[in-house]
Amino acid sequence: MTDQTDLTQLIFGRLTLESIPYHEPILVVTFIVVAIGGILVLGGITYFGKWGYLWREWFTSIDHKRIGIMYIILGIIMLLRGFSDAIMMRAQQAIAFGDSAGYLPPHHYDQIFTAHGVIMIFFVAMPLVTGLMNYIVPLQIGARDVAFPFLNNFSFWMTASGVVLVMLSLFIGEFARTGWLAYPPLSGIAHSPDVGVDYYIWALQIAGVGTLLSGVNLLVTIVKMRAPGMTMMRMPIFTWTALCTNVLIVAAFPVLTAVLALLTMDRYVGTNFFTADFGGNAMMYVNLIWIWGHPEVYILILPAFGVFSEVVATFCRKRLFGYASMVYATVVITVLSYLVWLHHFFTMGSGASVNSFFGITTMIISIPTGAKIFNWLFTMYRGRIRFEVPMLWTMGFMVTFVIGGMTGVLLAVPPADFVLHNSLFLIAHFHNVIIGGVLFGLMAGITYWFPKAFGYKLDPFWGKCSFWFWLVGFYIAFMPLYALGLMGVTRRVNHFDDASLQIWFQVAAFGAFLIALGIASFLIQLVVSYRRRESLRDFTGDPWDGRTLEWSTSSPPPNYNFAFTPRIHDQDAWWQMKQHGYQRPQQGFIPIHMPKNTWAGIVLAGISLVMGFALIWHMWPLAILSFVSLIVVAIVHTFNYKRDYYVPAEDVVQTEAARTRLLEQHV
Amino acid sequence: MSDTLAPTLPGGATPSSTEPVFYVAGEHHPKNGTLLGFWVYLMSDCLIFACLFATYGVLGRNYAAGPSGADLFDLPLVAANTTLLLLSSITYGFAMLEMRNQRVGMVQLWLAITGILGLGFLSLEIYEFTHMIAEGAGPQRSAFLSSFFTLVGTHGLHVTFGIIWLVTLMAQVRHHGLIAENRRRLMCLSLFWHFLDLIWIGVFTFVYLMGVLP
Repeated sequence: MTDQTDLTQLIFGRLTLESIPYHEPILVVTFIVVAIGGILVLGGITYFGKWGYLWREWFTSIDHKRIGIMYIILGIIMLLRGFSDAIMMRAQQAIAFGDSAGYLPPHHYDQIFTAHGVIMIFFVAMPLVTGLMNYIVPLQIGARDVAFPFLNNFSFWMTASGVVLVMLSLFIGEFARTGWLAYPPLSGIAHSPDVGVDYYIWALQIAGVGTLLSGVNLLVTIVKMRAPGMTMMRMPIFTWTALCTNVLIVAAFPVLTAVLALLTMDRYVGTNFFTADFGGNAMMYVNLIWIWGHPEVYILILPAFGVFSEVVATFCRKRLFGYASMVYATVVITVLSYLVWLHHFFTMGSGASVNSFFGITTMIISIPTGAKIFNWLFTMYRGRIRFEVPMLWTMGFMVTFVIGGMTGVLLAVPPADFVLHNSLFLIAHFHNVIIGGVLFGLMAGITYWFPKAFGYKLDPFWGKCSFWFWLVGFYIAFMPLYALGLMGVTRRVNHFDDASLQIWFQVAAFGAFLIALGIASFLIQLVVSYRRRESLRDFTGDPWDGRTLEWSTSSPPPNYNFAFTPRIHDQDAWWQMKQHGYQRPQQGFIPIHMPKNTWAGIVLAGISLVMGFALIWHMWPLAILSFVSLIVVAIVHTFNYKRDYYVPAEDVVQTEAARTRLLEQHV
Repeated sequence: MSDTLAPTLPGGATPSSTEPVFYVAGEHHPKNGTLLGFWVYLMSDCLIFACLFATYGVLGRNYAAGPSGADLFDLPLVAANTTLLLLSSITYGFAMLEMRNQRVGMVQLWLAITGILGLGFLSLEIYEFTHMIAEGAGPQRSAFLSSFFTLVGTHGLHVTFGIIWLVTLMAQVRHHGLIAENRRRLMCLSLFWHFLDLIWIGVFTFVYLMGVLP
């Protein structure tokens, strides 16, 4: 009998049937919905016999465009998950007053706010940003792929494995109840003995490997693979912001890896880094995690700034105002983002001098950011503005982000921060900049580049619906939180006694409902645009009369991107080509050297997923087995020396001739 | 890189002397980025060590009434250890020189010696660790020991991976000879190996030498 138990424990670790939360009705219903959805999708793929196609053309693809699209799909799916968490919190806070306890017990509520933060930052914003950079950067610099195509595929699947782990925590065990940065000692083994924090750690570690490698990859791509003639100061601004973002990724994510590893040691080995006794120091964790965390904010916002710069120049039909100052502002923000981390915990008690230093550096960041805002405004000034959907998002951003920036400068004043710290004012501030900045930027970017990726524009009516619901919904959802924060209401609260506060939360919940309509409009927009794709079709490859190189290719671009590598003479390369009456070359095509697809990325990431799961549940034999197989498979992969092939010249001729016919028929 | 302007476009049109040419007519290969990429990766790895050093810097004197570095560190042992690792860097350098001379056998020999020196380093480190743990000075004893074991252990883990990589590369060199891919891989491992040496000099100085100071 005991032997039996011992063996079960050896194999399954902490995992028992009790770990399945079948006694929580909300989770059971969610599980049923997810299961039905999953069965429908998987069944559909099987029924239509698409597995082979998916495997060959997508899962093992090293084409940066395919990988970019997969990142964006992943981000949009996780947006739905993260937003369900948000609306559950808003609903709970709108009803949990006085005698009503609401519908979410604290145990569940705490997991929801943690999961919301983790998912929105790591598994929505990061994949969307990485996806856009992956798709656009090689096209903008005239390259045929990224510097390390296999690593790109591997990075994506590692991110996806992190997502799978977070989603598993919904139905097997539970997620962390610590808040999105899992501060110790709460996240230590003494106070969080269950699997929640372990899910958090391993999901982020696995996804973090992917993020770091994709950072190295895109950084090298931009440095080494620009088309001849594209000097640094001729790079499109989106590429510049991507470069700075990837520098930040490479310089910040190792810190996250290190600090989470230390927390892992505390939890698994029993070390004393962040414990309250034996000389541990929890503030060490808080410092380290924000040394990653603050640059992370800029990792997300810089590419959004890049998108706005492209959109403003295109839709005002003007060269971007102050290109050089835009570049310098981006670089200055990149550097300064490392010098401000302590403003996240002024109340730690570092003393007046330290707090003043970090308060001042924080305020200084608003200067380059302000310069950017003026550059966009001056680009619009006397431009021929077309109010297409990407431009709407851009203008919504300019107003909203400035408000968020100002509340940020307010929080940067240490005495004010002592009052507003940990309050809903802070929550309102960072949603103000993340929604108003990052999300609006991503929506602008997706709408702007969608025709490039799929060959047809998105339906503008539903795009406008989405924009207005998001914009109005954002203000109604978060302005009340500023007021509540000023009144002293703290974050992460599950129940309130003071009934006079309820109306504010009800208004905020209504705002969240409007945002839900905004998301719904976006999804409807995808469906409607697909059904109307023939009338929205882009035959030219240049639907917006664009300025940068990606618009010189067909929509969607051929897998080799450019039949001949472009030669660059100007920062608005494609605009200059159009000005000079550029004719596409029609002959003289040669075979094109391209990388080959590989199974290694998805397999390695799959094994990592198993290893993460085994470590979370203390299934030691499985963990060791998967670790060993991870190394063996990686080594086997290095024995593959045949990683490239040539696209035959006839194929290039055919593809290019087809495009010529298309252009003749429609232009 | 064919960086000269093509006199005629493939379409047959002769460009006027003022018209810029907008594409590269022949085959264009961007520069290989592997070494830069690997260098960038190493710098990110260096940041992990920077965090571990910083943690050691903050927690390294928090003995929690337990043993200190002066009580625990056996400097002659560490000196032997350091010698092995530094020697292994030199022997790796010899392997790279032989690679330049295209002498496969000598490359393999020096790589093998490097690997053996690395293994020697690891054995001494494992001996030191087990000895300390047996004395009751394990990583759980105090924040000082937690950060000591993590910093030194992470370095040891890197050396372990370096040795696995080295063996893999020796097999690949045996299989394919010193082809361009293998030369590039040997170059990357060389960077990695010297980088670990550099980190060890930091560990030796800041952890061991300064640790035995009162």
